[in-house]
Amino acid sequence: MTTAVETIRDEPLTIGGHTFQSRLMVGTGKYPDLDTMVRAIEASGAEVVTVAVRRVNLDRSKESSVLHFLDPKKIFLLANTAGCYTAADAIRYARLAREAGFNDFVKLEVIGDEETLLPDVAGLLEAAKVLVQEGFKVLAYTNEDLVTALRLEDAGCAAVMPLASPIGSGLGLLNPFSVRTIKRRLHVPVIVDAGVGTASDACVTMEQGVDGILMNTAIAAAQDPVAMAQAMRLATIAGRAAFLAGRMPRREVAMPSSPTKGMLD
Amino acid sequence: MDVVINGEHKQIRGRTLLEVLEELALDPRAVVVEHNRKIVRRPALNEVTVATGDAIEVVHFVGGG
Repeated sequence: MTTAVETIRDEPLTIGGHTFQSRLMVGTGKYPDLDTMVRAIEASGAEVVTVAVRRVNLDRSKESSVLHFLDPKKIFLLANTAGCYTAADAIRYARLAREAGFNDFVKLEVIGDEETLLPDVAGLLEAAKVLVQEGFKVLAYTNEDLVTALRLEDAGCAAVMPLASPIGSGLGLLNPFSVRTIKRRLHVPVIVDAGVGTASDACVTMEQGVDGILMNTAIAAAQDPVAMAQAMRLATIAGRAAFLAGRMPRREVAMPSSPTKGMLD
Repeated sequence: MDVVINGEHKQIRGRTLLEVLEELALDPRAVVVEHNRKIVRRPALNEVTVATGDAIEVVHFVGGG
């Protein structure tokens, strides 16, 4: 299923030379079980699916990697550098991920603070420059700061991913103004990543005109992840359609919808 | 010989990285290997020999956001 809006003029989303029909991207973490994850991804309509790089568990060598449940021919695997606190670590994880042989995309995260999981923007820029030089298509997870977003674009990132609110918080889009400003000023795609809690958050986020949205916990930690994945698909479409449709101006006073003429005496 | 694999000391018999993976019952197509902080590409796994004290990391993709 697609989340490109077909009823009105919309273009597919192109990032780093790859074209995607869906503007919703989803993670694969924190699901109650892998079967639910597979069904939720299907229900979300997402083509881009994020994964993390971790040590193989040597004591349970039959334990399956998440790839046993995802078909890399049908979905686009986007490896992240989640859990990395320095540029050097993020670069190391990105290189390992690329060696898995699926693509040269990386969702670059350099975390600066354990409590908020907010990005270390200095480390992020440093890692982004190195990885772009090495031919990676870097999708940089960042905060909602315009100047950092501009620097990431200058560094050659394929997309910039400002947060809606902290990772896993479910607080929704806290700073629509900043996200709109980033979208207005950047030329590369802007994908809002992290912080969405429910479908209305996804809808409001897409209404800002951003190119896409990435979420994990909002779906995985819902009571019914598959149903929430479908809700998120619809909300992403609705928000995109509303943005393309162009909303009415806000007014501080009421204006009647029905004619004021022709009323009875 | 004693090597450190994924942070754990292990006694292994394998001489090459490919033999070490086989010994650990790991599918070389499903993992990426780092040998003393250097990534070893799959075709080279049977060419790189392991020495006592080497640090080997074997990683794969897991669920994540």
